[in-house]
Amino acid sequence: MIHKYDVLIVGAGGAGLRAAVEIPKEYTCAVISKVFPTRSHTGTAQGGVCAALANEEDDSWEYHAFDTVKGSDYLGDQDSIEVMCQDAVRAVIELEHMGVPFSRTPDGKIAQRQFGGHTKPENPNDPNSRRLPVKRACYSADRTGHVMLHTLYENCLKNQVKFFSEYFVTDLILEDNICKGIVTIDIATSEIHVFHAKTVMFATGGFGRVFRITSNAHVGTGDGCALVYNAGLPLEDMEFFQFHPTGLWRLGILVSEAARGEGGILRNKDGERFMERYAPTVKDLAPRDMVSRAILTEIREGRGILGSDGTYYINLDLMHLGKKLIDEKLPEITGFARTYLGVEPTKESVPIQPTAHYAMGGIPTNVDAEVIADEKGTIVKGFYSAGECACVSVHGGNRLGTNSLLDIVVFGRRGGKKMVEYLKNAEHTEFKVDPAEKTRTLLDGVLNKKGTENIAKIRREMQEVMMDKCGIFRNEKELGEALVKIRELKERYCNASIQDKGVIFNMDLMEAIELENMLELAETIVVSAAVRTESRGAHSREDFPKRDDVNWMKHTFIWKPEDGKDSEIKYKPVTITRYKPMERKY
Amino acid sequence: MQATFRVLRYNPEKDNKPHFEDYTLDVHPTMTVLDVLHQIKWNYDGTLSFRRSCAHGICGSDGIKINGKNALACSILLKVINLKKVVTIEPLPHFPIIKDLIVDMTDFYQKLETVKPYLIVNNPAPVEGERRQSNEDAEKLFESAKCILCACCTTSCPSTWSDENYLGPAALLKAYRFVFDTRDEASDERLDIIDTPDGAWRCHTIFNCNACCPKEINITWHISQLKKAVSTREL
Repeated sequence: MIHKYDVLIVGAGGAGLRAAVEIPKEYTCAVISKVFPTRSHTGTAQGGVCAALANEEDDSWEYHAFDTVKGSDYLGDQDSIEVMCQDAVRAVIELEHMGVPFSRTPDGKIAQRQFGGHTKPENPNDPNSRRLPVKRACYSADRTGHVMLHTLYENCLKNQVKFFSEYFVTDLILEDNICKGIVTIDIATSEIHVFHAKTVMFATGGFGRVFRITSNAHVGTGDGCALVYNAGLPLEDMEFFQFHPTGLWRLGILVSEAARGEGGILRNKDGERFMERYAPTVKDLAPRDMVSRAILTEIREGRGILGSDGTYYINLDLMHLGKKLIDEKLPEITGFARTYLGVEPTKESVPIQPTAHYAMGGIPTNVDAEVIADEKGTIVKGFYSAGECACVSVHGGNRLGTNSLLDIVVFGRRGGKKMVEYLKNAEHTEFKVDPAEKTRTLLDGVLNKKGTENIAKIRREMQEVMMDKCGIFRNEKELGEALVKIRELKERYCNASIQDKGVIFNMDLMEAIELENMLELAETIVVSAAVRTESRGAHSREDFPKRDDVNWMKHTFIWKPEDGKDSEIKYKPVTITRYKPMERKY
Repeated sequence: MQATFRVLRYNPEKDNKPHFEDYTLDVHPTMTVLDVLHQIKWNYDGTLSFRRSCAHGICGSDGIKINGKNALACSILLKVINLKKVVTIEPLPHFPIIKDLIVDMTDFYQKLETVKPYLIVNNPAPVEGERRQSNEDAEKLFESAKCILCACCTTSCPSTWSDENYLGPAALLKAYRFVFDTRDEASDERLDIIDTPDGAWRCHTIFNCNACCPKEINITWHISQLKKAVSTREL
């Protein structure tokens, strides 16, 4: 079946829904999602969305931009960061106008709390003075992402946006540098649906499921990024993957930074507040990459706490916050601790470990969410991307907490606006070849596979090798081993078969295609990590422990190699406006 | 330790009607029911199908019936289940089964849309800044805004089972979310929608919804507030 739309948005998380809200009624718009919209991963974001509203104390967007640049370890493009931080105030107010039920200050404004890496200078007249934590994260208890996602979905209902839920995207139709549409499978029937469109936006989310311990939903398999890569477009900065310091031990379920923003403290087995040694000024509120490294260093140096299964964890101490504050401001995450670990946070410490959380890299775009085809910035016509799957790059080497919920609404909207502008002179460009052909081959291939390999086993091995050899600390030897392993797994995938051969809700089939996507992305992560011989942000090389601004103030672009060849890598310089790179101390 | 799970299976391509299949596997008390389903799928029978996403009780995908009670598969740990007996796992009741544990939720989502689940304001927003709301008023919405649309409540409700037109607890809870939002200007419109025999009045305070809500929302109380608002509004 072929559908025709002016605008097609793939992904119904915050970025996709915000873009959809932006499309006026005179254009037809459809949103495709592999899950019902409110199941999207945006809903799991907890702590807040940041904007220098200055509702609780003095603040300015310039401070926010400075923090984001510094947090990115100077890899973020400063022009894009300025756009985001300047637009943040309007974006959050707009969310309130749309209906997000925010927590409030005593005078009825949106309440704000502290968050890692968000600071302001002690002396407002001296930008170089010591920087102290600032209340910049706007929140709704610890369910900020949940209420944002639901509010955006509700606004789409109000605007009568057309949804195709439980449709799985299998192909991106790109001919002569023009994006013409996408191909999907209706999961309920396995029927192929082609969507012919004038503009397409990918808001397909991240790929944390590449790693064994992750905060990401099962749907976080990077399908959009993999399709872009397979279509011959590059991916940017894939080596930068954020590990959130506080995942529940063994499970990886996120314990929001809000827990530390409200005063929670990390302690090692001696009860020591070890972050005082790593970040003397902001302590537990240092950016995530630094806290994750500190936790792993404590464990490696024998100061972790030995768990029942022989693995180590660190304690997150919330007890001193008192039951009232915990129940009012952190109900959801303390609920997780109770349910999943049987720990009562008002009386005991919560065992935590770093968890794979967020892809800073992804589909390269400019500041208007237009996808770019190369390191020179050549625009792919009619193709847009926003949210975690995109790399603008505002997060650079390391994203600050609360900047992701901001990113999705700022760039989702900008992408929406740019699509509308493009539509004024856009046509449906005819397909040159049968767009469904590749998907038919894909389906036949997966359904008729006869090998003995098992999808779940290959996925497990991929997740383990990525965690063990391409995680928080990396080195040449282990990255080399990881690459060999990933390529071996790709070979083995060709010999894997699935048990479910049916057409109705074939979850086996979905998992197989998702694994194929993740194996491609895992390879790009390992290759990109191996070429970057420096440590910056979330990318820590034990064999190159220093940041190298002379050689590496640049973004990595990786293209899919032809069979048997090495990946093609090129670089794009970081855009610097006013913030000179300096040592990153907190 | 070992435990046996009796899982409802139905593949319309092969089966005339749903049937149960037993799976006995090694488990430990800290596993969730979702872990069990994944174990079955990944190690024994790849055809077993169910919805899931976040795996920690926020996305609302994996509402199912465990030993007769609606719950999220990812939020029930085996340690709270008596594993000495066979554990029965079924799809949510009342909705048509698409396959195995996957049900057709179209009716649920449509009813949600009936109550106009979005902020309606006729007066323009302030040119600068947010609409003011006291924290006390905001917090009145929080419990209802916790809803994850998992449908555990609606499908557990005998009024739903007996009246196919009943809006159901989830849609009514959504109505509350906006009726009691001090920023909203369409409370009256929404109260008209729920002031019907198939609306709030079909709630007979059976409390099944409360008993199974994975987010521990006191849904019946919220519906009672709607009834009160309907009864006391100006004629």
